[in-house]
Amino acid sequence: MRRSMLFLPGNTPNMILSGDCLGADAIILDLEDAVAPDQKDAARVLVRNAIKYLQFPGVEKIIRINSLDTPYWQKDLDEMVPLKPELIMTPKTSCAADVLEFDAYISALEDKLGFERNTVKLLPLIETALGVENAYAIASASKRVAAIFLGAEDLSADLRCKRTKEGKEILYARGRMVMAARAANVDVYDTPFTDVNDDEGIRVDAEFAKGLGFTGKASISPRHVGVINEVFSPTQKDIDYAYEVMEAIRIGKEQGKGAVSLHGKMIDAPIVARAQQTIDMAVALGLGREEA
Amino acid sequence: MSTLKKASCGTMESSDAYMELEPIAAGVQIDLQSVVEHQFGDSIRALAADMLQQEGIDNVSLRIVDRGALECTLRARLETLIARAREAGGANA
Amino acid sequence: MDKVVKTLREAIQLAGVKDGSRISFHHHLRNGDYVLNMVMDEIASMGYKDISVNASSLFDCHLPLADHIRSGVVTELITDYMSGGIGAQISEGILEKPVQFRTHGGRPADIIKGVTPIDVAFIAAPTADTMGNMTGKIGKSACGSLGYAFADAMCAKKVVVITDNLVPHPLAMRSIDETYVDYVVAVDAIGNPAGIVSGTTKITRDPVGLVMAQTAANVIQASGLLKDGFSFQTGAGGATLAAAQFLKGIMLKEGIKGSFGCGGITGYMVDMLNEGCFQSLIDVQCFDLKAVESIRTNPNHTEVSAMHYASPDAKSAAVDSLDVVLLGATEIDTDFNVNVHTNSSGKIMGGSGGHSDTAAGAKLAMIIAPLSRARLPIVTDHVFCKSTPGSTIDVLVTQKGVAVNPARPELAARLKEGGIKVVDIFELKEAAEKLCGMPKPLVKGDRVLADIIYRDGTLLDRIYNVR
Repeated sequence: MRRSMLFLPGNTPNMILSGDCLGADAIILDLEDAVAPDQKDAARVLVRNAIKYLQFPGVEKIIRINSLDTPYWQKDLDEMVPLKPELIMTPKTSCAADVLEFDAYISALEDKLGFERNTVKLLPLIETALGVENAYAIASASKRVAAIFLGAEDLSADLRCKRTKEGKEILYARGRMVMAARAANVDVYDTPFTDVNDDEGIRVDAEFAKGLGFTGKASISPRHVGVINEVFSPTQKDIDYAYEVMEAIRIGKEQGKGAVSLHGKMIDAPIVARAQQTIDMAVALGLGREEA
Repeated sequence: MSTLKKASCGTMESSDAYMELEPIAAGVQIDLQSVVEHQFGDSIRALAADMLQQEGIDNVSLRIVDRGALECTLRARLETLIARAREAGGANA
Repeated sequence: MDKVVKTLREAIQLAGVKDGSRISFHHHLRNGDYVLNMVMDEIASMGYKDISVNASSLFDCHLPLADHIRSGVVTELITDYMSGGIGAQISEGILEKPVQFRTHGGRPADIIKGVTPIDVAFIAAPTADTMGNMTGKIGKSACGSLGYAFADAMCAKKVVVITDNLVPHPLAMRSIDETYVDYVVAVDAIGNPAGIVSGTTKITRDPVGLVMAQTAANVIQASGLLKDGFSFQTGAGGATLAAAQFLKGIMLKEGIKGSFGCGGITGYMVDMLNEGCFQSLIDVQCFDLKAVESIRTNPNHTEVSAMHYASPDAKSAAVDSLDVVLLGATEIDTDFNVNVHTNSSGKIMGGSGGHSDTAAGAKLAMIIAPLSRARLPIVTDHVFCKSTPGSTIDVLVTQKGVAVNPARPELAARLKEGGIKVVDIFELKEAAEKLCGMPKPLVKGDRVLADIIYRDGTLLDRIYNVR
């Protein structure tokens, strides 16, 4: 379960060390934008040691490596793949070929390390106009791709538009990303909300993303994590309804009914599927019922 | 054994350490300033001496300003420092 | 008649200061105070020796006191709190006699009982009239409440008021009145306003601090105490203030009307009062400008003496009615004993203040502390010195879970029910040691630097030098 993902700068011990207690489901240890070019070597070693010694129990580790157009990405992968992070985030992914280039390099590393192929999953960061247009191709390029991620800051620069709080300029990109991800049967994560001090704005933005179908949302500030978790968790009402649906289906089956209705509404397959997703998430959050 | 160059690594931020290494004629000199000198000073010096020895380095002066870095951070900074000292062409060659 | 004396020197003479005199000061001017240094410099220049100084707290602005100790002018210190600069000097052993640390409640109790008699109280007053009626609420050096000065005024053999805003008699807005005062001295400035109160007290931005603060607010909610009539005290430390902020959010959302907020008051507590979270504030000390403004203008924001705040000898004190107090700690041991007197290296840099008074009084005494600071675990086997007994501490909130005193199983059960991650304090200790490594323990020397006197007058612990 990844509702929230928190970016942490890869060369800042003070931030990294508390990564497992800031409430985020996943932390993104950043070797890219948060690290100056002359500190890439130091950040790699620091992140590697942090994962090796601290392990961050209960939190997923995602590492954002450097992009294909830099001299750093192979070294990043050399250092990071042996650690088996849950995901490796690849920035500026613009086409399926980009994915395949990372894929091939990682496969070679996995073979060398004696890991099973596809042990290390990818989270392509899509942050160019070309990337958005190729979102489905990227999401379905390799078995390694576990999810895709929208990066709106670089994208709006590429679109030559202003990045706003309301985010109308990225509405198309968001819709396109969700569509592509669901078509490829992978998860999809929304761009961070960048005004760290706007507690109401983050809620509105997260609720909008959830409404579009995003799996979760990233954050650049620990302050946003709580709201994101809340928004992307099912409410007690959602959970109660989901159990009601499953119960109605069970009774319907017992009675041999073809069609089942609840509160006067037909329950069809998509409603059941959604109810099951809600229950799975509730169970993962410790909100599920014993007997179900 | 490659020749060493003067190198530095790390920051003065809380929970980090700043380190400088310089080749000298012979011997290993470790100069440590630490906010946790009393509790961890000896173990930090031993860690640094150990890592230098493992790398076969026996002719350096090492200065560490420790701001309460955990051992995994100290190890990371030392490793980077040694790699940088051995490099000819800059931090990321 | 009036009581105005031309110079401080004259007042010192008239009040009868001599070798061996016991004199006292309050700390409402905090790190901006000029009065203690002013008086001590004068006493030193008059050639007196062997003075006992009883100051409700000492700050780094009082560092000249160290010179008076070295030269034998001052040979005894009685205080409730000492900040790090002056603490470091004491830790070096400059004072022969152990410092007597008391609590904010124990200090006035012992003054009134005559355990620590005062010959002359020197009371800094932001405004005073010619007969000695005084207040902290107005004047260029306004500090708000004068709560810690009441016992000194009432019990000292002689009382000298020192002000930088002398007004004609009678001063209507008075907190301590002329019946106790012998002499009044006007000076140019009693303090540096920048050091007296901060412009604003800032909430922490440290992510770990915010996580702990949110957890603390959740603990209070889960404890069952957060209902109409709720009473609360928090320190001015970053994470405890943030917790107050989160708590306010819960109280406003749920429409809970508390009874009182207590202790050292900040603008955040004033906001809570103004937004209806409390009926009143019980203010022994103001921490920022907003608190000073509020105590001057809002009749529901009331000034109380240190006795009313926390004295164990009072028939009742505000702390006895407290539901929840949020406190900090340098170290806490697995028996929940807390050290707030020294840092992790054993150097003096604090004191009880109201820590052990509120812990004893409150129904729920909570410590907020991170698992470690700068590679030093906060949870230890034994604290270097015991400032507050573990029997009075109910909960430790860290970023990795909440430990409940095993003497409170019903509280642990309630917190678990409320969805709080309750862990064993030994687990927290192990987690901290795993993260930091095992620190080399401090070895106590044989020199006693200070006695920690509990609020009931018993010797709780001693602070030794570190070898």
